[in-house]
Amino acid sequence: MAVNTTTSIAAKSAQRARRRRINWVPYAFLAVPLLIYFVWVIGPTFYTFYLSVTDWDGVSRNPGYVGFANFQRLLNDDPVFWIALKNNLTWLGIFITLPLLLGLSLAMILNGQIRGDRAFKVSFYSPMVLSFVVIGLIFAWLYHPRSGLINSTLRALGVGPRDLPGWLADPNLAIYCIIAAAAWRQVGYVMLLYLAGLKNIDPSLLDAAQVDGANGWNLFRRIIFPLLMPVTVIVVVISVIDSLRAFDLVFIMTRGGPANASQVLANFMYIEAFNNYNMGYGAAIAVVLFLISLAFIITYLYRMLQEELEI
Amino acid sequence: MTTTVAPPELTIPDETPGIVIRNRIAKALTYTGLILFTLIWLMPVYSTLLTSIRTMDDIRIHGFWSIPSAITFDNFARAWTEARVARYAANSFIITLPSLAGMLFLSSLSSYALARFQFPGNRAIYFTFVGGMLLPFQVLMLPVFRLTNFLGLYDTYAGIIAFHIAFQLGFCTFVLRNFMRGVPGEILEAARVDGCNELRIYWQIMMPLTKPALAALATLEFTWIFNDYLWAIVLLQRDSLKPVTAGLATLMGQYVTDWPLLVAGSLLATLPTILVFIFLQRYFIAGLTLGSTK
Repeated sequence: MAVNTTTSIAAKSAQRARRRRINWVPYAFLAVPLLIYFVWVIGPTFYTFYLSVTDWDGVSRNPGYVGFANFQRLLNDDPVFWIALKNNLTWLGIFITLPLLLGLSLAMILNGQIRGDRAFKVSFYSPMVLSFVVIGLIFAWLYHPRSGLINSTLRALGVGPRDLPGWLADPNLAIYCIIAAAAWRQVGYVMLLYLAGLKNIDPSLLDAAQVDGANGWNLFRRIIFPLLMPVTVIVVVISVIDSLRAFDLVFIMTRGGPANASQVLANFMYIEAFNNYNMGYGAAIAVVLFLISLAFIITYLYRMLQEELEI
Repeated sequence: MTTTVAPPELTIPDETPGIVIRNRIAKALTYTGLILFTLIWLMPVYSTLLTSIRTMDDIRIHGFWSIPSAITFDNFARAWTEARVARYAANSFIITLPSLAGMLFLSSLSSYALARFQFPGNRAIYFTFVGGMLLPFQVLMLPVFRLTNFLGLYDTYAGIIAFHIAFQLGFCTFVLRNFMRGVPGEILEAARVDGCNELRIYWQIMMPLTKPALAALATLEFTWIFNDYLWAIVLLQRDSLKPVTAGLATLMGQYVTDWPLLVAGSLLATLPTILVFIFLQRYFIAGLTLGSTK
């Protein structure tokens, strides 16, 4: 009896101790990766905010505080900022719609019974393995005003030398030429995501809809497209993030020229910071870029949180 | 049930000869349209292949669509040695492989903790990793540049490798954590009951089960790191350290008008990722969809 009570007391206190004791195992696993992530990614994000209110030139030890001067100059006195912002929005608009439409159409066609579908699929998604530098170089040559494939073909078709477009050299066309190169890489990716989404659709659902008389466009619009909604959301988020990151192609193909006509924020920031050593000003551009993308990051995280809570 | 009902309803209209012909025409049109579209789509590929085996003089004098006066592989040889593509490609591997090993190992640790334990802050930490992976690079550029300088790692392989590992922890943790959550808990619980310690459960039970995700992730990340350009120009300066992306950009400035050489160089530069793609295509595609259709 006495033995019994002591053991039960001991067991209870052990239980209490266990409840109070923190399990250190997960923290031990997390320590190194999380530390690295904070030092190289999370901390720097905040540090950029600090740099954006300084006049840091990249060399001096102690950047001087200048308040919101960088932002004032950016928004009020710098026309290049507005050109870059407009080009970013153009990029965003085209980059969301064009690959989405093409990728979805290709996925719908290639998901059916098409002979040689593999060869088609590979043709469309293999550009994904190319670096932006290589794509930029290849397209710059394609657009070459004199000897490039496009103008050579146009000339062969009888277009007079005066009517040949200058492509990257033409301020009105340059940004579209760059976006075309970016879209060329993106379409296959979007197609791939939709193909994976289509595979996940339960065939009996489509059979049932067909029995009910839905086919062709109706079947697509009322059944397939709504079922693909999660993929569409992902495609849009990825496209937005990628458009705001757009740098490599612009830097390789035009450096933002001619005369800033194809400037985008990411490239503008790089040039201000690393070519003109206006690092504080560059940080201010980065902050604006961050604030634009924040809306999308929050949307994405919010959706994920909802999914997590459902599970 | 539905399958036994569906066929007659679907096949009856098809038996009408008019509709059969219409379907055949529709199919032929789709097919021709698709082939034409694909041929136009692959334009950059012909342009590259056709240019790489000619000389610039030949193209300049006779035009792009002329029949090559001579076929030459000299452009590849010159790009490889004289234009230093061999050196640049080696640098790409020196940067990519340790980065890959580092990010996969470290993210498997964090994923194991996030997927397998319930503890205060679990979700907040997970969301921190995911939020970080979506950041525009420009936000990190200046502080990382300053940090790398401060650590004395500017213009070294270590500096850029450290950044790649750190930044990719976000995406890798996102993918691996979700994969590890799908591993049945009973297997791990059984090992725990048998007296296995956490380190052994992680390394000898969880890691082998996570191999498919690790393979997919490794393939995808290989192409990402190999193709990186921005961080190479932010964190490296010496020509002898440049990866092939930054190297090609330098060559574009040096051989401004020698497109056959540049194009041949970019073909060589792309070879590693193309080989990975050909041999590991299954993993590559699995990786792309893993990260996005969770």
